[in-house]
Amino acid sequence: MSATKPAIFNEMLNGEQVRSAYQNLEKWYRSMPAELRSLKQNEAEALFRRVGITFAVYGEGGDPERLIPFDMFPRVMTAEEWRKLDRGVRQRAAALNAFLADVYDRREIIRAGRIPEHLVTNNEAFEKAAIGFRPPRGVFSHIVGVDLVRTGPDQFYVLEDNCRTPSGVSYMLQNREIMMRMFPQLFMESRIRPVDGYAGLLKKTLASVAPQKCQGEPNIVILTPGHFNSAYYEHSFLADLMGVELVEGQDLFVEGDFVWMKTTEGPRKVDVIYRRIDDAFIDPLCFRPDSMLGVPGLMSVYRSGGVTICSAPGAGVADDKAIYTYVPEMIRFYLGEEPILENVPTWQCAKEDDCKYVLENLSELVVKEVHGSGGYGMLVGPKSDKSTIESFAAKIRKNPDNYIAQPTLALSACPTFVEEGIAPRHVDLRPYCLVGETIELVPGGLTRVALKEGSLVVNSSQGGGVKDTWVLAE
Amino acid sequence: MRLSIRHITRYRFDEPVRGIVQSQKLWPADCASQRVLAWTVTSHGAQTGAEFVDGAGDMIRLATWRGPLTELTVEVEGEVETADLYGVLREHRERIPPSAYLRPTRQVEADAELKMLSAVALKGLDGASALDRAHALSRAVSEAIAYKPGETQPHTTASEALSGGVGVCQDHAHALISVAHVAEMPARYVTGYLQASADGSPHEASHAWAEIWVPELGWVGFDAANACCPDARYVRLGSGYDALDAAPIRGLVQGATPEEHLDVEVMVTAVQSGQQQQQ
Repeated sequence: MSATKPAIFNEMLNGEQVRSAYQNLEKWYRSMPAELRSLKQNEAEALFRRVGITFAVYGEGGDPERLIPFDMFPRVMTAEEWRKLDRGVRQRAAALNAFLADVYDRREIIRAGRIPEHLVTNNEAFEKAAIGFRPPRGVFSHIVGVDLVRTGPDQFYVLEDNCRTPSGVSYMLQNREIMMRMFPQLFMESRIRPVDGYAGLLKKTLASVAPQKCQGEPNIVILTPGHFNSAYYEHSFLADLMGVELVEGQDLFVEGDFVWMKTTEGPRKVDVIYRRIDDAFIDPLCFRPDSMLGVPGLMSVYRSGGVTICSAPGAGVADDKAIYTYVPEMIRFYLGEEPILENVPTWQCAKEDDCKYVLENLSELVVKEVHGSGGYGMLVGPKSDKSTIESFAAKIRKNPDNYIAQPTLALSACPTFVEEGIAPRHVDLRPYCLVGETIELVPGGLTRVALKEGSLVVNSSQGGGVKDTWVLAE
Repeated sequence: MRLSIRHITRYRFDEPVRGIVQSQKLWPADCASQRVLAWTVTSHGAQTGAEFVDGAGDMIRLATWRGPLTELTVEVEGEVETADLYGVLREHRERIPPSAYLRPTRQVEADAELKMLSAVALKGLDGASALDRAHALSRAVSEAIAYKPGETQPHTTASEALSGGVGVCQDHAHALISVAHVAEMPARYVTGYLQASADGSPHEASHAWAEIWVPELGWVGFDAANACCPDARYVRLGSGYDALDAAPIRGLVQGATPEEHLDVEVMVTAVQSGQQQQQ
């Protein structure tokens, strides 16, 4: 283990002082009697149960009926802090989309030698079926979820990008809704920027990428794998908020040049599909033939300009963990700018030197699978015993290409309700950036919190919870 | 050579079905070794649409039938002028980089036996040209899998065909793609037609072979089933990772799926020079 442990940044404090952004909340917490607190905690839980939001975030699986713990202590960002994140996230979303439009067309970034060809074209998420087609406005990833962590007052890092169908935005909206309902006074005392414009912006974004063959107001639907999916609640919640239909594959069919929705008044043409189904399952005539979740023929209608699929098939190649290393390079290459947000330094075990370093320093590193998610299959070196580390080393030696490693960052902590009062717990942040005719970002995101003391894993499947996230007005 | 093609696919169902959707990849593209003189695809009773040309240069069209129906027919008819270019695919318009064709799908994934076959075939050829190496792989597959119809199924994998030692053109193509991938050579599955010949050499009129990427030449066809490279007797239809991905017709029956009977009839004949196509 490393001898010196870096100090953990507590977002509420500046030395011993409570930062001004948190002063209201600190007073609020101090003046709240213990009985009221547990009353409110129960009320919050009841509200979450009532709205039915019990799913696991980020497709982690697990018990779909399980409630993710909600921590009532909000996380606060100042206007100035948010300004940097806002610019950085938009920049990243623009570069990721430029990358996707390029790798499915002229592959300039590969020709220029800035990213190795095999990492792209031989990537599992690279879709041959997407080559040579420019989706409306050249946008592939319409909802980009950027996972951020913080290590100091001005130090943010991007942990990973999510270009396919990032989930969790319903938590961002519901956390706020529930906090406002339970503590209206708090929202009168502070100037907190609203997040409830998200659904409107999402609808506007989806409408702006209607296919060329669509005339008039586009008909938008959300395609869900169905109520067994852990994020089904979110699918129906977003459909409700946008006032669009929530459909399953069996509700749609393809005929002639278009996709149609079965309705009681007969078939109705569908123009934009916000799909929450993986590429492999969207069209059994193009991808997995055994898929029952998709729509046979959908890819042909998409490629011939009859429907837009959001995110576009093949968008996943941009958020692969092996590609992640190259995002700063993409920003320079496509936008001619320096990255506003930094990547976490990453060693790729596919590279011999990197792999050697990783194997020699496992006890200080976090090692992840290239295609893994949800905090499974990873090694947190400093928290692992010798035998765990040794057996993990064997896995890396056997298939080095499958692993990347990063230093264990001293993640920032936010005050969080615990048995004895409040205590700092580690957090991350996922803002949801919308890309269509314009790039939109509501001020906020989903804050996940590691509820176990000292834990760095914020995934809900590993004991993580969620918090309301405030961005203060200027 | 001028080839006339007639390819009829009939489906019959024991019970009426609610509907059918097909993705059809039934149009040969022009390239240096073939020029399409006439081509029609008729999906009797279907609504067709959503036509596009994919990144590999293959035209794809959807055909949908609304039920109830118990039978349907897809009829392909055309004439193609071909030339023998020793299997080299030239002047074919496509946009997919060869490096995308290194993917191990279920049917072409290499097991230990295929890896061994690849290594043995290329023994001593480290310094040889990519073309020589590709020929060596094709020869090895021809020798390892004997042509024998009826022994394998459409879902048979390369590894199953190799361990059984027998198969049809699909199995030879899968095995060749697999051993090429082991040698880190991009390879893909090609469907097409082959003219019937009088000498009794084994082949199927509705045919399939493999293409291997040879940097100096581009894509080169290898027909391991007939131990040769495609020549003027071949018409190239479409390509893909494997038989499923390249299939000329990929279809799906909606609702309950009764017993299906498939009847495919293919006739490929040489048209005498000067003779006009009969309407």
